[in-house]
Amino acid sequence: MKNEMCLEFDSISANEAFARVTVAAFMTQMNPSMEEVADVKTAVSEAVTNAIIHGYGGEVHKIVIRGEIDGEWLCLEVKDRGVGIPDVEKAMEPLYTTRPELERSGMGFLFMEAFMDEVKVESEPGKGTKVIMKKRIRQQEE
Amino acid sequence: MRGSMKRKKSRGGSRSPEPLMRVEDRTLRVRVPEELDHHSAALICAQADELVKTRDIREIVFDFSGTVFCDSSGIGMLMGRYKIMQALGGQVRAVQVRDRVERILLLSGVMKVIPVERMQGGKEE
Repeated sequence: MKNEMCLEFDSISANEAFARVTVAAFMTQMNPSMEEVADVKTAVSEAVTNAIIHGYGGEVHKIVIRGEIDGEWLCLEVKDRGVGIPDVEKAMEPLYTTRPELERSGMGFLFMEAFMDEVKVESEPGKGTKVIMKKRIRQQEE
Repeated sequence: MRGSMKRKKSRGGSRSPEPLMRVEDRTLRVRVPEELDHHSAALICAQADELVKTRDIREIVFDFSGTVFCDSSGIGMLMGRYKIMQALGGQVRAVQVRDRVERILLLSGVMKVIPVERMQGGKEE
């Protein structure tokens, strides 16, 4: 089965729930387990929160999520056109955060990597950031 | 749009009218919402910090009994309150934690510094 979707929304914190619930609804056609749905929701929430807080620094602009189902693979792209990340490797280190005053735990990427099979980050300072995540969904018997 | 657009008392999922925060003696009890993310954590932190300042709180108990979703913002919330209470000589606890949330807390390492009690009576109600 192949299927694609695209979602664009404002970078306000109320949309964190909207984004993860929408992606969860999109993946239901793959008959995922509850655990798999929860994993994806957490990863999406982390990526979207990063875009809101770090990418746009609280300003309201657009975040785009592209979703693709390809057989048993779910591929998600979360994209912002914000400030970008100068050092992606550093940003992905556990506990590293540029905003400790906002009580960021520095665990966003750690959770994305823990709950998805693949996480890749493409970023360019001044242009924005794209987080690409993949997860293999073991289809459940009805 | 006349008459027919009366405001509903509550939106979809949120059912209990219980307050989010309750102060008993010097303990602040926080009922953590169904979904704990950056959005809801920010609201809780603002309210809790205000109460800690004005009511001489020495313990914060986060009740997770109604919480089914938590991401790293929830970890930030717990660690932030832990630091504040530590500076005041107080403590922070998380109680009634369900499986999914426990997994997040475990993965983050927050359980090494904050006592966490699992939900009583096995899985869900």
